[in-house]
Order: sequence, then C-alpha cells, then structure tokens
Amino acid sequence: MAKTHVTMKVNGAEVEGLVEPRTLLVHFIRENLQLTGTHIGCETTHCGACTVDIDGMSVKSCTVFAVQADGSDIITIEGMANADGTPSALQEGFRMMHGLQCGFCTPGMIVRAHRLLKENPSPSEPEIRMGISGNICRCTGYQNIVKAIQYASAKINGVEFQEAAE
Amino acid sequence: MNDLTPTREQRTAALEGMGCKRKRVEDIRFTQGRGNYVDDIKLPGMLHGDFVRSPHPHARVTKIDDSEALKVPGVLAVITAETLKTVNLAWMPTLAGDVQMVLADGKVLFQNQEVAFVVATDRYAADDGINKVIVEYEPLPPLVDPFKAMDADAPVLREDLVGKMSGAHGPRKHNNHIFEWMVGDKDLTDAAFRKAEVSIKEMISYHRTHPSPLETCQCVCSFDKIKGELTIYGTFQAPHVIRTVVALIAKIPEHKIHVIAPDIGGGFGNKVGAYPGYICAAVASIVTGKPVKWVEDRIENLTATSFARDYHMTTEIAATKDGKVTGLRVHVLADHGAFDACADPSKWPAGFFNIVTGSYDFPTAHLAVDGVYTNKAPGGVAYRCSFRVTEAAYCIERAMDILAQKLNMDPAELRLKNFIKPEQFPYHSALGWEYDSGDYHTAMRKMMETTGYAALRKEQAEKRAAFARGETRDIMGLGVSFFTEIVGAGPSKNCDILGIAMFDSCEIRMHPTGAGIARVGSKSQGQGHETTWAQIIATEIGIPADNIMVEEGNTDTAPYGLGTYGSRSTPVAGAAIAMAARKIKAKAQMIAAYKLEVHEDDLEFDIDGFRVRGLPEKFMSMKDICWAAYNSVPPGMEPGLEAVSYYDPPNMTYPFGAYLCVMDIDVDTGVYNVRRFYALDDCGTRINPMIIEGQIHGGLTEAFAIAMGQEIRYDEVGNVVTGSFMDFFMPTAVETPHWETDFTVTPSPHHPIGAKGVGESPNVGGVPAFSNAVNDAFSFLGSKHIQMPHDFWRNWKAAKDLGAVA
Repeated sequence: MAKTHVTMKVNGAEVEGLVEPRTLLVHFIRENLQLTGTHIGCETTHCGACTVDIDGMSVKSCTVFAVQADGSDIITIEGMANADGTPSALQEGFRMMHGLQCGFCTPGMIVRAHRLLKENPSPSEPEIRMGISGNICRCTGYQNIVKAIQYASAKINGVEFQEAAE
Repeated sequence: MNDLTPTREQRTAALEGMGCKRKRVEDIRFTQGRGNYVDDIKLPGMLHGDFVRSPHPHARVTKIDDSEALKVPGVLAVITAETLKTVNLAWMPTLAGDVQMVLADGKVLFQNQEVAFVVATDRYAADDGINKVIVEYEPLPPLVDPFKAMDADAPVLREDLVGKMSGAHGPRKHNNHIFEWMVGDKDLTDAAFRKAEVSIKEMISYHRTHPSPLETCQCVCSFDKIKGELTIYGTFQAPHVIRTVVALIAKIPEHKIHVIAPDIGGGFGNKVGAYPGYICAAVASIVTGKPVKWVEDRIENLTATSFARDYHMTTEIAATKDGKVTGLRVHVLADHGAFDACADPSKWPAGFFNIVTGSYDFPTAHLAVDGVYTNKAPGGVAYRCSFRVTEAAYCIERAMDILAQKLNMDPAELRLKNFIKPEQFPYHSALGWEYDSGDYHTAMRKMMETTGYAALRKEQAEKRAAFARGETRDIMGLGVSFFTEIVGAGPSKNCDILGIAMFDSCEIRMHPTGAGIARVGSKSQGQGHETTWAQIIATEIGIPADNIMVEEGNTDTAPYGLGTYGSRSTPVAGAAIAMAARKIKAKAQMIAAYKLEVHEDDLEFDIDGFRVRGLPEKFMSMKDICWAAYNSVPPGMEPGLEAVSYYDPPNMTYPFGAYLCVMDIDVDTGVYNVRRFYALDDCGTRINPMIIEGQIHGGLTEAFAIAMGQEIRYDEVGNVVTGSFMDFFMPTAVETPHWETDFTVTPSPHHPIGAKGVGESPNVGGVPAFSNAVNDAFSFLGSKHIQMPHDFWRNWKAAKDLGAVA
C-alpha cells in the first residue's frame, strides 16, 4: 500500500515517518516512534488507555489515523514529566494517593488528567469524575484516582492538599 | 545512647515493613509510561499472527481455502488444524481434564472460535490475510440454553466424545453432559427438609460475565532452531504452569522453554489458562523460524477467552419457625460452553463451590453440580474470586435474604442468629471444609453500628409508607452481605493442577552490602507484589524494604510456583517468603553469635539486628551480618546468605466480611443510586493497608459492574451480543459509587504471618450486597427474587411486573 509522509511534533521533538493511510496513530506512536507508554485497551474509543494530547485536546489515538495527525503537536505520557525530568504533580499524585494498580490505564489517565487540570485547575470531585469518564480503570475503582488528581491540583495551585474524610 | 541514636520506632519505620502504607515501587515506572507489557516487546524480524474466526455458533467446516490469502503482500503462512495435526497440536488439554480444539477441526462450536491463524509481517497485513481466507460452513442447530442441553433431542456438540460416557470427573449422563459432582449427606439433608418447619426454594442464577482486564491476552513466541529453545513472553498469571503445559504438549524439554511474564495489565482470572493464540504463535515461530506476536483485540477477548460464572443454582434452605437453619440443598446447572476449560484445581470440577454453606452453622447440607456443554465460548475462570466462591457466596447470601423475607425477620438478625460462633473455630462445615478462624458477630455488629443500620431500616419503613401514599416514586433497599471466602489454594493433599501440588515458593539472596533480591513463584498483575513482598522480608529480617528487590515472572530465575489467582499469593507465596526469610534469619543468628562471641541462644532479634540478652550494647545489625556472611562465617559454615522455601499450606485461609449497600431506585425509570456502600473486611494480618484498601475499592467496583449490568449475553441462535465495551458494562468514574472501608483483624492461626488474602473478597461479598439491595428495595411490592444483572431496564421491568408502574 502506498505510503504517506507525515511530520509531527511529539513531546517537543520533530518526528517524521512513512505511514499507510490506514495506519492508526497509536500504532505510529508505539511502533514507529517506539513510545510504548501509550496503550491499547479496546480499539473502540471506550477505554481511553490510548489517550494522547493533540494540539491541546485529549484524543484517543486508537481511532485516529496517523495521517490525520500530520502537522500536529502531540504529548504522550513520556512527555508528562517536569522539564528537569522529575515526575509531574500528577505523576507524583498518582503514586502518593495509590491511584494505580496494574498501570495499564495509567498513562492515558494521566494524559487526560493533565488536560483536565489545564482546562479547570481546581475541579470539584464530580467535575473530576466527569472529566475522566472517557478513561476506564479496572483496578482502582477510581476513588484514589480522584484523590491523585486533587493532590496534583493542590500542588499546581500551591495549596496544601487535604484528603477528604472517608 | 545520644540524641542521634534512632529510637525503636524510628528503626521500625525505617524498615517500611508489614503494617505500613508503603508507597509502591512499581508506580515509578508505570506513571512515566515505562512499564514493559507484552505488546511493548519488539524482537528483530518479529511477525504477527491473527485469527480467522467463525461467524457461526455451531457448524461443520467443509472447506478452508487459503490460496488467495497467501498472495496477500506480507502474509507468510496460514495455519489450520491440518497444519497442527502434523505436530499433534490440533487439540490441547484443558486444565479441567477436557480437550479443546486449538483450531477448528471439522466443526466449530461457538461464535468467534479460532478457525485459522494467519502469520504476516505486521498486524495490518495479517488482517488483510484474514479477509482473504475462504471458509465454507454447513450450519448446525445451536444449543444455547443450558437447561435444554440434556434433552433427548438436543444436538450433539462434542462429536469427539460420543460414546465416551465417562469423563475426567466420572460418569456422563448425556452427550452434552460433562460431569456430576456431589458433596454432603443426602439422606440427612433430605430428612432435615422433611422435618423442616419452614423452607424456601429458589432458582438463583449468576449470569455469564467476563474478567476483561484492560490489557487483553497476548504473547510473543520465539523459537531458536539452533538451540532448540522456545522463549514465550506472555500475559501469564501462572508462568511456571504454562512452561510445564508447553513441555507436556509440545514435547520440548522443559529446560529449553523460557517463559517470561513481564508487567501484566490486570488479570482477574483471564490470564490463568492456556489459549489457542499461545499454541498458534509458538507453532508459527517454529514453522517460520522468526518471533511471532499474538495480541487479542477486545472483541476477541470478550467473546473467546474465558468467561466467568454462568451458574444456575436451585437453592433450598430448611429452618425452624424462629429462624434457625437446619439444612441446605443446592443443585447447580453449570454452563461450561463448548469445552470444559475451567481453571480449577484438577480434582475440583466445580471449584470450591462447596463453601456454599457460607458463614452459617448448617448441621447438614447437600450439593450437586451438573456441568453441561453449550455452543458458547469455553472458560469458567474465577473472575476475581477463588474458584467458584463468588457463585457460592451469592447463592447463600441471596437465599438467606429470601428466608428472612419468608420469616419476616430482619436479614441481619437472621444472619446473627445462624453465624458460626467464635468458639466453634476451627469449624468443620457440613460440606467438608475446616474454617481456620473468624469472629463474625463482632464484624457484623461493627457494620451495623457504623452504618446506623437500625436508623436506615426505620427510614426505609417511612419511605415505603410514603411510596404507598403516592408521595414518592423512589424505593429504598438495604443490601446486607456477610461472606466467608476460601482462598489460598492449596494444600497438596487436595489441590493440584495437572498433578503439580499447589505450593508456592520464594528464594532470597542477601548481598554483602545489606541489600538483596527475592524471587517468588507468584506473579503480580497489579497487586503490587514488588512492594508488599519486600515489606514481609523487611519485618522478618530487619533489612529496609527499599533494599529488597522483588522479581517474579521469569521461569528461569524464579523458583517453581503456581502463580497468582484465587487470592493465593499472600496465603501461599506470602508464607513461603516469610519462611525463606526465617531461614536467612536463622543463619544470620549463627553468624552474629560467632561474631559477638556468644552462644546463639543468648541472642534476641531486635528490629534490625541481633542483640545479646542482658547486654544491650552488644548488637550486630543485619546489614553487618550480611557483610560477615561473605567474609567471616563460623568454621564449617558455608559462606553466603541465601534461602529457598517451598510452602505447602496446611489449610486454606478463610477471609470474611460484612458489607452493606444502601440504594434508591426510581421505579418509573429503573435508575438506581447507590447512596452508600460500606465494606468491612477481615483478611487477618494486614501487610500494607494502602494496598488493601485499593484492592477493596477495585473489587467492589467489579462487583458493582457485575451485579448491575455486566453480562456476556447470547441471543437465542447463539450470537454473542455483548462483544465490545459499548455493550459490556464497564463502569466509569461517573457511575462508580463512593466506597467506605473498614476492618477487623482475626489472624489465620496456621499462616506464618497470620495473613489471609484480600484481593477477591470485595467481589465475592460485593455482588450479593448489590443484588440484595435491589431485591430488598422491591420486596415490599411482593417480589421474592429478581435475577441479576440489575440494569435500569430490568429494574423498570421488575417494577412494571410488580404493578408499581402502569
């Protein structure tokens, strides 16, 4: 099948590649760029394990063709750390609040939460729950993911994180 | 001593041992996208395999033509049953003593069954190839309803078994019958029912569902022709068992098989068994001489690998008028699908379903289970539960509520009246188990007090009166559940898989500088073993958990273990870890005695080293002992500080818990609101309370999903209609309730650290709590039992059938 040349910015670096028109973005990211933190869980846009940030929006990369992302600016989980390489507030929050278990949904969840906090730096619990409702987690029951995002929100806003009473 | 000398509390805290909320080691890589899951593995020259699957639930395969497929660019091979027959692998043994087609051999027996395996240079080319394989089918009548499986005119599914009227578990009554399993005293139980003042009988179904971890089943097989060695990277909950199964069926010497389970994205029972994809990828690698990857997609996962449940339980309880139970009689019709691929210990065709007497002192009980074949996917795995324990807990917990309703008693009071009493432990159940420890009354009362149970009942009565007056359209239900699990399979006297006793193992090597590695036969799929196993060792030998690396999943380096499922890791591997650590400690004590020039009996262990009794200043830390082990051991002692333990548990462990669900249902829409969910768990000694709480949150969420909608459903002609996350209920953060957790601690008397296991309790106890809440809500309208799952439509339908909705 004829291949198309695509260029995009991924985690701040210019990348390029030859892809078939049908090549899914998630496969381009995982297999051509070898950034395997972005996962595939359902192939039907339900689970969100493949979530990446494209031009400031959370996008499920399993149902986008690589050619559709030509020229775009993408951030994956590998680009989530602070500039100095230390874990971001979200990455830290997920660990501190036990917001993950098997880790398979975690990259998509963190990438989604990153955009959520950009859009709404101090979300309420219902706003967090609605904000991550495109991402399925099979292990945690979400309660500690909510706390992880609240932890990150507090840290980003420079306020002390207060864990809600049970 | 001076201000800089750490206190005992500081020394203990520095270890991050048992009982502390140690943050997880795994999370550092997982939060940065640096996990290493099977699909992340990319070997040089690696090919991709994918399946042609059957659109029919039951059909003869009359022709497979791969000629056009082989012309597709990138397609290298098409493997069929005929190919596999040349290496005697067209069929494979199942864990349950049956055989299963790897690829369709003459006929197909369920929709989406594996028919041919296309091998290509990438996953897209494999898919192109699949579309060009022409398969001709001659449809046969499908058998979907398990209650019709043993009808005289039922279609014969397993032609390979015609005339074989005896299977792995005894006689077969019909061509579609797999086994009959009976436990208990039938005569005594029948007599109890004849004498009963009150009895109830209900057919309680636990629908077919699926574990569906977020990462599907997958593998990469790489055969090295020069060395004759096969390496398999796979999503395996039990890597050593996979190695042995491959050795037995592929006739490759076991030392030339390397099975590696890297990071696993959830298991929940789905990744215990062996699937056609593994066999086909291995054969494809042998045929092509290149590594071959097989990755299941979600539709394949939901429709072809390992369903769970599908138990139809006719349940009877005999009791006195004042609510004392006198007998339990259960018959189960178990739908196993097309092949009996249940992942149970080999001698247990219905798992440990005979825990069905639950937490109650039944003087007598009788259980019979009939397994049947239908045109559905094979499986029968324990989806976040010990083998068939969640079915048993659901059965007895629903039945107790039905009895309470008949007696007009409060369901919590009925349970309190019938609990096994603390002084009865170890308790011998009517169906053959020895419960190790429990204090059910305390747990139940704590639940009732904490939740304000009496006030909730009062509120419910007021709501019902208001509903009757037409002032509200909401009905309120209280779902009580008190479960006893049976986990930690298991003792070699009654538990094995394909003849291998279900022990587990640990090897610890301490290095000279006071750090070490522990290799364990279990395999984490999210449970956090790298964190918690190190905590056990830290407390046992006084080396900080941060200095212990835990490794699992590589069969070349880990000692043989039976893997992680059925909440067996802490009860079995956890015990092996403690026992191996104690061997290290015993040798360390001898070294310390030599270095401190005292008799070893004069030493006592003190948090992180050995101290001479009566001479507190004479102390040698474990760190220093590690160094001494490599340069100045006592004469005659071998240097080094290593130990291995294989632990054969003397008994199972019996975690328990008291749960309450408070739910409101709008009868006009069927929409429910879980107002409150309280879960009290007793898992014995608690290793890491943070991880326990996380496990309970997750298990409750899975229980919520199952009870309220998650179902694998077939239509009447055998089409599976729940093949994606569009149709298969996966709760998001929006639907998922808030969880309240609590605990009591009743240690297991026979476990080295008193721990019982916890990961599956919330699923086992949670499902009946949700279902009892729905049933309790509707009970005042005249209903006795409403089948799961309780989705909005079914709730609305129940309200309509009961006349509550016009």
